[in-house]
Amino acid sequence: MDRGEGEYAAAPVLKIEGLHISFMQYDGGSRRKELTAIRDLDVEVGAGEMVAVVGSSGSGKSLLAHAILGLLPYNASMSGKLMFCGSELSEERIRQLRGTKIVMVPQSVAWLDPLQKIGAQIRKGRGDRKTRQQLKDIFYRYGLDQEVEKMYPFELSGGMNRRVLISTAMMEEPKLVIADEPTPGLDLSVAKRAMGHFRELADRGAGVLIITHDLELAMETVDRIVVFYAGSTVEEAPAADFNSQETLRHPYTKALWRALPQNGFEYIPGTQPRVDDLLQGCPFAPRCGRRTKDCDRPVPGRELRGGRVKCLYAE
Amino acid sequence: MKLEVKQVSFQYKRDGRKILNNFSMSMDSSQRLGLAAPSGYGKTTLCRLLAGYLLPDQGEILLDGKPLSSYRGYCPVQMVWQLPEQAINPRMRMRDVIGEGDQVEERILRELGIDPAWMNRFPSELSGGELQRFCLARALGRGTRFLLCDEISTMLDLITQSQIWHFLLKEVQEREIGLIAVSHDRALLDRICTRQIDMDIRVRPLTKPQHSEKYSG
Repeated sequence: MDRGEGEYAAAPVLKIEGLHISFMQYDGGSRRKELTAIRDLDVEVGAGEMVAVVGSSGSGKSLLAHAILGLLPYNASMSGKLMFCGSELSEERIRQLRGTKIVMVPQSVAWLDPLQKIGAQIRKGRGDRKTRQQLKDIFYRYGLDQEVEKMYPFELSGGMNRRVLISTAMMEEPKLVIADEPTPGLDLSVAKRAMGHFRELADRGAGVLIITHDLELAMETVDRIVVFYAGSTVEEAPAADFNSQETLRHPYTKALWRALPQNGFEYIPGTQPRVDDLLQGCPFAPRCGRRTKDCDRPVPGRELRGGRVKCLYAE
Repeated sequence: MKLEVKQVSFQYKRDGRKILNNFSMSMDSSQRLGLAAPSGYGKTTLCRLLAGYLLPDQGEILLDGKPLSSYRGYCPVQMVWQLPEQAINPRMRMRDVIGEGDQVEERILRELGIDPAWMNRFPSELSGGELQRFCLARALGRGTRFLLCDEISTMLDLITQSQIWHFLLKEVQEREIGLIAVSHDRALLDRICTRQIDMDIRVRPLTKPQHSEKYSG
């Protein structure tokens, strides 16, 4: 994958470096406490690519979507580099691009207005002929009947939900599409079909970022996978590298691979710590068999065999 | 001990479709049964009926030959849900959450990897994986004879999933507790279960259900 080595290489659609997100919380009374949700996150998405950030539920990775869209709550603070198509994604820029060039496909129809018919909502109230035709074309492509336009969100079945939600993204010809847990609770074969819609978006030139806890789904559908653990991204690998343990890099990724039911169903002891319980170094060090004192200092990322890893001993 | 579902039908709304239509199955406490089906086919409803949260519209559910509804006090059929945050009282400390169970042994807390420091915390201070361990401990009290696990590890880290299931497999086998596992992950069910049922029931009123059984391992 072109990493910008050529003279005329285009900047990636999305490039995030060193993202850090924390919250101010009141600790039962008037004591203020800072909670870190994301400590050090890097991810890059090129045009035409599907990239997944994979981490367990509740690990804070969903905040990534909100951070990109400029929708973090008021008590959150954020630092790090966010670049869209080569330039900084400032608050003002995201406000202009949100909903048109940068779209998020919501998790469920709970995001839709329950009091508005589907057609009107997706068209955002626009009634001109071009917009109406565009919606008809999109519905046709996703096998949605014309009558869906006149339905309310609560009338949709599960499968129709998903297709309607992705249609909202398709209306605008976005450059960056973000989907947070797009296929909750689905059988793998059904989920793969749903992911096919995102592949179509990527094939038309958009960069697609999927945030999910489902490693297996990511392995089967995206181009690259970024592994997220206790607030940090620890490895970035082509999806094909997940076919065997040897091609993976970080000890945590390898432990994940071995834990898959089809791969041995093994486990290492311990649990994923809270980000704030960690000190400076590698978040996985407390559970790692290869830990040394150097792991307690910040571990920089490096390129390795066509991917990236934050580990001193990966080879 | 046997758990039987005899020709059970159930619908949530009076004029709605029947989620379960004349459904029958049985298992005993030495078995581990896997339930697989797409969403909407009645897996969670069946679990709720089996755990006594719902009463069937028609048919009956028998535990050891007696109607489940006749059991008073602690229900010997316990259920653990997909989202632990929704199954725990947010205003209780974790030690009180365990107290809701039936004399849960210290050993179980230890083997599930529950850190003693967590006992004093509130649910909002723990992660999903940590909370799920508490839900499992709570459901494994003295009087538990059957355990229903409805997608309990779907949202968890794969390593946590593996830890939890290894513990459960050992526990249910040692105590002869029957296990029903609902999951869309076939590879996981192949690891856990002695038997699997594919609940591909075409649900239309007044139609006989078809479901197929697969014996694995």
